[in-house]
Amino acid sequence: MSLLDLTGVEASYGASQALFGVDLSLDAGDVLALMGRNGMGKSTTVKSICRMLPAQGGLIFDGHDLSRLRSHQVARLGVGLVPEGRRCFADLTVAENLIAAARPGPWDLDRVTAMFPRLAERRAQRAASLSGGEQQMLVIGRALMTNPRLLILDEATEGLAPIIRQEIWAAIADLKRETGLAIIVIDKSLAELRQICDRAVILERGRTVWSGAFADLDHETSEQFLGVA
Amino acid sequence: MIPERWLNLGILAALVAVPIWALVVDEPFIITLVTRAVIFALAAVGLNIALGLGGLVSLGHAVFFGIGGYAMGILAYHAQTFTPLAEWPFPIDGTKSMPVIWLVAVTTSTLAALLIGLLSLRTSGVYFIMITLAFGQMFYYFSISWAQYGGEDGLSIYVRNGFPGLNTLDPIQFFAICFALLCAVLGFNALLARSPFGLALNAARQVPHRVETMGLSPFRLKLVAFVISGAVTGLAGALFADLNRFVSPTMFSWQMSGEIIIFVILGGVARLIGPVIGAAAFVLLEHWLGGLSDYWHIYLGAILLGVVLFARGGIVGLVARAHG
Repeated sequence: MSLLDLTGVEASYGASQALFGVDLSLDAGDVLALMGRNGMGKSTTVKSICRMLPAQGGLIFDGHDLSRLRSHQVARLGVGLVPEGRRCFADLTVAENLIAAARPGPWDLDRVTAMFPRLAERRAQRAASLSGGEQQMLVIGRALMTNPRLLILDEATEGLAPIIRQEIWAAIADLKRETGLAIIVIDKSLAELRQICDRAVILERGRTVWSGAFADLDHETSEQFLGVA
Repeated sequence: MIPERWLNLGILAALVAVPIWALVVDEPFIITLVTRAVIFALAAVGLNIALGLGGLVSLGHAVFFGIGGYAMGILAYHAQTFTPLAEWPFPIDGTKSMPVIWLVAVTTSTLAALLIGLLSLRTSGVYFIMITLAFGQMFYYFSISWAQYGGEDGLSIYVRNGFPGLNTLDPIQFFAICFALLCAVLGFNALLARSPFGLALNAARQVPHRVETMGLSPFRLKLVAFVISGAVTGLAGALFADLNRFVSPTMFSWQMSGEIIIFVILGGVARLIGPVIGAAAFVLLEHWLGGLSDYWHIYLGAILLGVVLFARGGIVGLVARAHG
């Protein structure tokens, strides 16, 4: 059985429907790229999984029907979200951000700060005083501190300096290699996704239009749905 | 600007020094005045847990203050009239023991806060303010019509309740009890703010939906904060009734709720010592301005206006750096 199974998921923002049938499945340890042009439903799919938006259709995580749960219950089952826009809790220090929602498991303060040495140096600093890249690392660290089984990274490298992006991609690669955590990555950089992801799902106008092994993603498909080759 | 820790210690030292000085120069009234400030401070420290940490503007904290007061009043009334509090299912007598009264005050205000919190925390913003105010008014009018316990006239308790090993009628000894409780609650508050619960509550105040995606229910966090907050204010209510040896519906009034909010805002919202400074400043102004004019609330209003407009962090924000 897959860890996460979405079948025919539909979701709306008020009167305007955004998802018309998203299918996606993911096994433990899989790293999946969720792709599609802007406005095709990537973030809406994530919001549906995390129950930040009412959605219909099959949403099963580890045997649990997510549509019966509330947002915090989904997170407690082991879905860790790194949301778009890297918002940390500005008034709290780095360490406080990390321990605020920590749950027992292999990820603790030491392990997270070992993964992101920049955070270790700034443990006592207020999150608001961090650079954008450091804030992004903090938000990833915060999600890891909840000890998830599935980590969702929504545009985690957007708008960051190249060197910081490299660090974050390296961290994701480490996560894949060392932990066997299932990861869903949303990102615009096809080259980076290709390095890391085993599988890919492409959305077009709120529907799954392609899914398969990343290696099988050919030029025509990516040109057709992503606008890039 | 001085580090906040020094300010905290300085204020607590002053709260000890003034009554000791008053004892030396034989001014028991000043001791009582400081005790009043300490009890108000305790009530406001309670509110600050909900308001400062949780961002919950409760205009109904007089409910807990009053419940604490009536817990003391009712238990002591039955003890002084030698009538049982209840016959069924087994006879329950009143008591003049402070620790027992505190336990009852804290338990009943905890239950009330749980019930009120469960209902009112489904709303937020101005609706939350209104619904807590409505609960306050319910308790107020209930106490007015509760003829058995004095109704509008309230209940007088002739002798202050006892505490093992102390003479509570001695102002300085009663002050010591109140001050020790305030220090204990302040210590607890400091630990709470730094605990994962306190941090999560703080985070939930800033961005509620974000803590949800981290597996925490903002509703539950706020409810726990509201209950702890109500329990502390309830304890203060029991002490206040014991200070005055009198309890009346005024303790439930919305003016009382307003005053507790004023203590917090005047001193500094979310700052550990803020409510203590606010309550002390209020009692000082009440005493000093009250001596100058019957309309001293006008001056208090002007001062509060000044604080809100020009000193957002309250008095603490004016003199102390954050995160000292």
